[in-house]
Amino acid sequence: MTANLLEIQDLTVSFDGFKALNNLNFTMEVGELRVIIGPNGAGKTTFLDVITGKVKPTQGDVFFQGKNLRRYAEYQIARLGIGRKFQTPRVYLNLTTRENLEIAVNRNKNVWSTLINQVPAQEKQTIAGLLETIGLTSKIDMPANLLSHGEKQRLEIGMLVAQSPDLLLVDEPVAGLTDEETENVGNLLLALAASHSIIVIEHDMEFVRQIARKVTVLHEGSVLCEGSIAEVQNNPRVIEVYLGSEDQHS
Amino acid sequence: MITGAEIREKSRRTLWLELGIVTGVILVLIWVAPLVLTGFRLNLLGRFLALAIAALAIDLIWGYTGLLSLGHGVFFALGGYAIAMHLQLAPLEAGRLPEFMGLYGVTELPFFWQPFYSFGFTVIAVIILPWLLGSILGYLVFRNRIRGVYFSILTQAATIVFFNFFNGQQKLFNGTNGLTNFKTLLGATVSQSSTQFIIYSLTIITLALTYGICRWLTKGQFGRLLVAIRDDESRVRFSGYNPTSFKVVVFGISAALAGISGALFTLQTGLISPRAMDIGFSIEMVIWVAVGGRATLVGAVLGTVVVNFAKSLLSEQFPDIWLFFQGALFLIVVTVLPDGAVGWVRSSGWPKLQRTILGVPKSNTYPSLETDPEINRERETLGK
Repeated sequence: MTANLLEIQDLTVSFDGFKALNNLNFTMEVGELRVIIGPNGAGKTTFLDVITGKVKPTQGDVFFQGKNLRRYAEYQIARLGIGRKFQTPRVYLNLTTRENLEIAVNRNKNVWSTLINQVPAQEKQTIAGLLETIGLTSKIDMPANLLSHGEKQRLEIGMLVAQSPDLLLVDEPVAGLTDEETENVGNLLLALAASHSIIVIEHDMEFVRQIARKVTVLHEGSVLCEGSIAEVQNNPRVIEVYLGSEDQHS
Repeated sequence: MITGAEIREKSRRTLWLELGIVTGVILVLIWVAPLVLTGFRLNLLGRFLALAIAALAIDLIWGYTGLLSLGHGVFFALGGYAIAMHLQLAPLEAGRLPEFMGLYGVTELPFFWQPFYSFGFTVIAVIILPWLLGSILGYLVFRNRIRGVYFSILTQAATIVFFNFFNGQQKLFNGTNGLTNFKTLLGATVSQSSTQFIIYSLTIITLALTYGICRWLTKGQFGRLLVAIRDDESRVRFSGYNPTSFKVVVFGISAALAGISGALFTLQTGLISPRAMDIGFSIEMVIWVAVGGRATLVGAVLGTVVVNFAKSLLSEQFPDIWLFFQGALFLIVVTVLPDGAVGWVRSSGWPKLQRTILGVPKSNTYPSLETDPEINRERETLGK
């Protein structure tokens, strides 16, 4: 079991009888870049909610590096090494780019050390490198509410990486972005995939083709099929529930 | 680009400047104000400066952390009652009871009054009691993720509970009338003007210290985290911080500050009654901060002093009009100056003034674009 980074067994989440996830099984190895697709209401976001502890499973368990996540709170799961990027960019709008990253990069996250400690030089170094990666070096002291939508997306991804998590969960990172920015974010994710395990949830099939190696299709709360993008696209059941209309266009 | 050393140098300079200004204000208040103001006005000023400590407490949790407490009167009153209990006991001969207890037929001093014979204990109680209550309440509320309006309503409900408790306990706290008629404190007569001047000076120094503490709390990583919790709490959680503990800590500190404020206020008014736990009073505290400017600290202090002086002047001249004026003031601030007076000066007033006096060019876009040569060239050539 410990060979897998993430292992989900027989997971069911129900909200008042409605099963958002239904007997879902999922495994992921260290270093993978996995894309999860599925039609609206397939349970993609609930899937992330369960991994990050926002929603507790009704049945079944989630194991991360062999640890059962059920008994951990969200912030503890984040400290274990799971970072999450939300659908809409969620950065701290009244803080500057630098301050946003400093909050994320901080290693000692209890109240006392936050009160006493200064940002160590090593973390400043990390931040400088990160700014380079996400291309926001020139906007380091600008309040985040002045950044454009795409810049906020990149800043949030930067904040995720600053946490140095073992697993990155990225929810629809290119929603509402221009084609050029979409490609930027795609390249950024591919660069990060070299040193991180990543799960990306996405709707945009162009984008999926750009980054995907292995794709998991969710449908009505369970895994419909798994495989390379070509395999998935040719799977008749997938075409039926999801790609049908997409294929007619191309 | 600006280097880290330059930033440090600059922030050190602003720190010294601020320290200088604060010291200057302290000196003016202690040495100049008594010469200019009559004894009555000076006493009012002292009271308002005591209230300003409570306003700072509100600013810390509302302005920075986004927790709108409409029940800080409870913590304020706890501090006030603590010091008042000591003042009741201090001048008594051994074995005698405070006057009001005799009226209600109490024959023995209630057990929890006993430790208030000691001045040292009282001073600690003024800080610790509200802190403890604030922390426990905060823990129960924040752990269950009660936020926003629900939190505000809950603080109001707590205010009513405490109001009714203190109001109903004639035998323990003299009920509606509260504790008054203070005689001596550490051997000095409380009502004497020399004693009052010492209390006045003590208030100013405490206010300055409180300001310093609040500046320290809101300046560094901790302060940014408070702002982060205010702006997006679940993001903070997914970044690996536990917002509950931060909120409990800051709410506890805020409650303790309100308690100190209440004690200093009580010493200068000579009375503490359940009216300090009136909902209206707790809301007034919020208005002072809103008028002065949220998340500015200075605004909280200025707002308290200005609004309260306006209140006492207006209610002397036209006793009926004050409440209307206060309502109008709050409406104006909410609709026209959402950042309060100080917030407005910082965001638009001060830059405008700088431009008119120093002739600094108006920047149309981001400062980084203004200095970008390519963009400047584009602007010049595009116009032709």
